Amino acid sequence: MAKVPVQFTLNGSEKAEFIDSGTTLLNALRDKIGDTSPKGGCQQGTCGACSVIVDGELRLSCLTLAETCNGTAITTTSGLAEGGVLHPLQRAFLDTFATQCGFCTPGMIMAAKVLLDHTPNPSRDEVVEALSGNICRCTGYEPIIQAVLTAARANSQNAA
Amino acid sequence: MELRKNYFADVRKDDLHEIGQPRPRSDSPGHVTGKTAYFADRNFPGMLHLKMVRSPHHHARIRSIDTSEAERHPGVVRVLTAKDVPHNVYTILILIQIGPEDETVLADGKVRWKGEAVVAVLAETERAAQEAAAKVKVDYEVLPAVFDMEEALKPGAPLVNEYHGQNYYLYDSGECRKVRFGDVEAGFAGADHVLEQSYQSSPIEHAPTETTGCVVAPEGNDRFTCYTNTQAMFFTLDNASIILQMPGSKLHFVGGTVGGGFGGKVDVIVEPIAILGAKLTGRPVSFIYSREEEMQISSPRAAEKVVIKDGVMKDGRIVARKVTGYTDAGAYSRHSPYGAQKGAGHYPGPYTIPNVWIDTYCVYTNRTPSSAMRGFGVTIGDFALEVQMDKLARLIGMDPLEFRFINAYRDGDMKAHRQPTEGAALIECMQEASRAANWPVAEKYMAMSSYRKGA
Repeated sequence: MAKVPVQFTLNGSEKAEFIDSGTTLLNALRDKIGDTSPKGGCQQGTCGACSVIVDGELRLSCLTLAETCNGTAITTTSGLAEGGVLHPLQRAFLDTFATQCGFCTPGMIMAAKVLLDHTPNPSRDEVVEALSGNICRCTGYEPIIQAVLTAARANSQNAA
Repeated sequence: MELRKNYFADVRKDDLHEIGQPRPRSDSPGHVTGKTAYFADRNFPGMLHLKMVRSPHHHARIRSIDTSEAERHPGVVRVLTAKDVPHNVYTILILIQIGPEDETVLADGKVRWKGEAVVAVLAETERAAQEAAAKVKVDYEVLPAVFDMEEALKPGAPLVNEYHGQNYYLYDSGECRKVRFGDVEAGFAGADHVLEQSYQSSPIEHAPTETTGCVVAPEGNDRFTCYTNTQAMFFTLDNASIILQMPGSKLHFVGGTVGGGFGGKVDVIVEPIAILGAKLTGRPVSFIYSREEEMQISSPRAAEKVVIKDGVMKDGRIVARKVTGYTDAGAYSRHSPYGAQKGAGHYPGPYTIPNVWIDTYCVYTNRTPSSAMRGFGVTIGDFALEVQMDKLARLIGMDPLEFRFINAYRDGDMKAHRQPTEGAALIECMQEASRAANWPVAEKYMAMSSYRKGA
């Protein structure tokens, strides 16, 4: 099968790989580049565990072909902490007990980050809407919603 | 959270200082940074992908299997059938002497449920394995199937599983687990009212976000490391050892990190065949259920039917309870004989009733084998029991909570299965529930205690 080149930045560092045409961004990140923070829960765009940020937009990496991401800037949960300091969302997920099995957590954090990047002080309804594409089967939704609201408050206090 | 330390304060040694205090979870830092290593996060050079050819029929005889075209498919490395599995017929609970072995790792001559594993294909890529699996030709002779427990128990029903010889699990007590306490018929005869009701449930899928699977790597020392999301590490290791006829010292299992289980990952399904694939090819093997397989193939909670007949007095006392429970094991035992037995011990619920009769059946049908899920053997029974309690209270015109106080078990009461009640706290829980839900009950119930004088 013919290989195609892909090149993008991942969490700020340049990546270049030859992949099979048709490889999903999820598989390229996990199997070729070794960033396993996006998870494959359904491979059909229904669970949100594979969520990543491509040029500022939330994307389901299991439904995104890697070759369409040439020249983009990609962010994953593994790249959020800076200099060993957790991102406010990561801190809030820890402090408010918003993780159980942890499998949905990286995708949840991605969805929450895109929300807060666009809407720094979201209402509860806006948080619920932003997380509506991400399934948590331990059904810990309430602590997750609280974590996002907590991170938003922490952000606005820092900005003030 | 509100903590009431006044209950049982005289018998408690600790001061419960940890209760109600948040403590950081040791696994959360890994979860929020994406560093937690689930089994599928292991990737090895040269790793093969395993895909299963599955039965499209609920019940069929296999006339022949032709894998030649699949073996020629580009990227295919090995195709496995029943004859490749050293000890192909197994049952999980054989480890605690609950037999007979009744399930095949790969179908041998027969399939007993739609989705049963027949042929395993190992290929360089997931896609090649998928394409080759579609090229395996299996010639089936379709047999009559049975999907309903009552139909399965009737004379002349299709026999689901020849290893049992009948469509129910044969306990040492006979066709069902039995509990006999007092004289239930005398209890009904003396009751003011008798109410018999039937309750049914459908199978329930756990649907964890992480699907079932494992990654196996052959090591240089003739050992195999198996990264798995099993919830039953040692069951899996020991059963893999039996199925592969390989000493446990050759198997190194790595697990404990599970992306949601809820009981759905306690069966031994993916690991033995993946280890066998790694052994026969000398290559790492990845076997991960698709979402469709997780929903259709992995064991659900069993469908259950519960028939409850109660004799109750106008003053609120239940004087007789007869329960017949049916657990739909599907085509194979897995953990269901245990689940059905657990139900027998659990009835008649947390109530003291002088006359009790329990029968619980583990029934085989041509449905997806069921297994553990959150309190299996008990959960559906509790649903049935508590709905029944509400109906009984309504029947005699009594408050449903007060009705439960009258019948609640207390320390020293003999349970139907001959274990004296110890450490009961139902009365106290209901007192708290009464306050929390603002559902007042008569003062005499609020003054009750699980302690009994002289108990």
